[in-house]
Amino acid sequence: MPIDIKIKKGLTLKLKGEAENSIEQAQKSKTVALRPSNFHSLVPKMVLKEGAKLNAGDEVFFSKYSDKTRVVSPVSGTLREIKRGAKRKILSVIIEADDEMSYKDFGIMDPLKSDSSEVKDRIFSTGLGVFLNQRPYNIPAEAEDTPKAIYISAYDTAPLSADYEFILKDKAEFFQNGINALTKLTGGKVYLGVDKQSASFLKDIENVELITISGPHPAGNVGTLIHETEPMNRGERVWTINPEDVAIIGEQFKTGKYNAERTVVVTGSAAKHRKYFKTIIGAEVSSILKDHDDNSRIISGNVLTGEKIEEDGYINYFSNTLTVIPEGNEYRMFGWIPFKDNDIHSASKTSLSWLFPNKKYEVNTNLNGEERALVVTGEMEEMMPLDIMPMQLIKACMAGDIEKMENLGIYEVVPEDFALVEYTNTSKIEAQSIIRNGLDIMITEVG
Amino acid sequence: MNWIRQKIDQIKEPFEPGNKLEKYRPAINALDTFLFVPDHTTKKGAHIRDAVDLKRTMITVVLALIPALLFGMWNTGYQHFTQLGENPGILEAFLHGAYKVVPMIVVSYAVGLGLEFAFAIMRGHEVNEGYLVTGLLIPMIMPVDIPLWMVALSVIFAVLIGKEAFGGTGMNILNPALTARAFAYFAYPTYMSGNKVWVSEASNIDSISGETILGSLSANNEITYSSAEMLTGVIPGSIAETSVLCIAAGALILVLSKVGDWRIILSGILGAAAMALLLNALPSFGVEGNGMTNFAWYNHLIVGGFAFGIVFMATDPVSAAQTLRGKWVYGALIGVIAIIIRTLNPAYPEGIMLSILLLNVFAPTIDHYVIEGNIKKRKKRLETKTVKTA
Repeated sequence: MPIDIKIKKGLTLKLKGEAENSIEQAQKSKTVALRPSNFHSLVPKMVLKEGAKLNAGDEVFFSKYSDKTRVVSPVSGTLREIKRGAKRKILSVIIEADDEMSYKDFGIMDPLKSDSSEVKDRIFSTGLGVFLNQRPYNIPAEAEDTPKAIYISAYDTAPLSADYEFILKDKAEFFQNGINALTKLTGGKVYLGVDKQSASFLKDIENVELITISGPHPAGNVGTLIHETEPMNRGERVWTINPEDVAIIGEQFKTGKYNAERTVVVTGSAAKHRKYFKTIIGAEVSSILKDHDDNSRIISGNVLTGEKIEEDGYINYFSNTLTVIPEGNEYRMFGWIPFKDNDIHSASKTSLSWLFPNKKYEVNTNLNGEERALVVTGEMEEMMPLDIMPMQLIKACMAGDIEKMENLGIYEVVPEDFALVEYTNTSKIEAQSIIRNGLDIMITEVG
Repeated sequence: MNWIRQKIDQIKEPFEPGNKLEKYRPAINALDTFLFVPDHTTKKGAHIRDAVDLKRTMITVVLALIPALLFGMWNTGYQHFTQLGENPGILEAFLHGAYKVVPMIVVSYAVGLGLEFAFAIMRGHEVNEGYLVTGLLIPMIMPVDIPLWMVALSVIFAVLIGKEAFGGTGMNILNPALTARAFAYFAYPTYMSGNKVWVSEASNIDSISGETILGSLSANNEITYSSAEMLTGVIPGSIAETSVLCIAAGALILVLSKVGDWRIILSGILGAAAMALLLNALPSFGVEGNGMTNFAWYNHLIVGGFAFGIVFMATDPVSAAQTLRGKWVYGALIGVIAIIIRTLNPAYPEGIMLSILLLNVFAPTIDHYVIEGNIKKRKKRLETKTVKTA
């Protein structure tokens, strides 16, 4: 029997610009970029120099503080440029892709018939380890740890986000193999969250503890799954991983090749060709985004948590979604009058938008106000299904009060759990950044 | 619309960073943002934002105050003329009231917003909208004949000592509007209490006696008003506190728009009703009680400033308890203590002001215990876990 999770608090935003359910091979990305900033807190040490030739799967850089956390090249080609910023900090590593892809051969391994130390060693030594994220703190997993459980959410409830069922339907075998490998990494269970409504193959995946999810966003967040099954305590470690990355691991074990294929759904009202594209990790945005409105924002990820990128930039290492929405850099006359401009969604009842629960909204990036002191109470709680006191935790993070943060459950949350709080709060505070800063303080002070 | 925008941008130019009037930017921004929601966009994190902002929230409260304010203006005139034995028309009564009340509102806003702007410029932050509500509340809870300079002084005290001394909007411990009233109450008691201040011109014209119901009760006098009159509010009192019906309309706006927390309002009413019921029952325990304790519990709820206080003052989110459970306790205690002060303390015939201020002070303590509950749960989980693994 699967574990059933039903969430009441939260908000499912219905937005215009959904993608059609069809998939297409993307135009080949001439270059790919590996950006250390995609792996929070990782300080890269380069293995290769500019001009070096490499195969798909060759190590490019590793973490200065944990040499088993390695990032490998998703393509074969030439390391063209190491872009550096202030204090020679590495911003990105640009690799020019060959026309014909050649792979480094890692050999075949059956995870179920192998020792857990062999499986773990293989995952971390071949650069698959960076797919695993550690909770608390949302940072790359460390090879030395043994997590008490591993969580995968194959149901993204965020607005306009990718449908993992659709992405994985041709990769079911690899996905299962990846799960088999993951079971060797933990002494506990591997949890897989799926949409309760769907009758997909994901419900038949073996060697996992199945969780069926229903309710509004953030029901599908891994944080919600963890909280409802085995809530984090101080000193514990849990790993999380995205579903498509599980399939990449599975494929690498099965074929010996690191096939860094990334399926990205292009969505959002300002994007023209909205569908799924098969491309490669770290690909150029232009390889999948053909045409979009002027004055729009490109987000690698969903509208609540994604990363803002430029037209000539590269997609986020982890994200399966590329959202394009109009920029909101325009003035709106008397927009503060209650019950005016009801075409802009509001979770509060000072707009009439709540009368139309099924309406789809076209959103833009306008702040719809200015940042103010925290005045309104009670609204954050409505967006927080976890047993966390959101406003108190945010204030503790702002104050940098370590004891209070710990007491109020900082280990149980990551920034994305506060995305809806950030979206709805009247004072327009950047809740996710505040939580991220709080977590960073905990990393340096507590570790 | 575009040309208005261009004109404003032109006016704002000397205030932009790097130009000589940069310091006064918050002031000009505050004016500008009342015309236009600015073109600011999100930078990271959630790329989209809800339509609500603090301006909208505060204006909703102002909207909720309008019924009680308009009624209060009419009632001011009505009380004045009927006490003189005249029978005024609606317009006549309203105009008399407006003549008395509008200058108070103007003074309150001018002085208060002036201070807010000054602090925003001094501290280099944007002007917070909270005073839009406070500035309207202050005249609404004053006796009608209070001199304007006292209104101004109360406002200065409330903004300086009640709010800015604690760090400004969002940081204050006491409700600023009630701080203003408490200041006036203790600094100028003769203008704020007794039986000559509640009806316009009562102190100048002998034939007018404007005792409030609670005043008469505490003096053990007979009261001549019916429950229906208390409900509609055709009685003497502070400007906008009398009409429970108009306040209920405001409460409805606050609760439906979720700007005011229904938990506080409901628990406050329940708390007051329970306390009043208990006091009503005193005679059956063999205790005689007085006029105040024997005043029917339902009348306690609709007389004096109780309704206005619990709807518009107790729900101020900054000074109230901030946790959901804390709000229940906070509201209930306000109700209970308001009735206790009313009935058992002969010096103060009305207790809601002091009751809310008292609970404002204790709200952080209430929250502390609610938060401790959450913390203990987490600690317990860790302990059971450690015991299991050990």
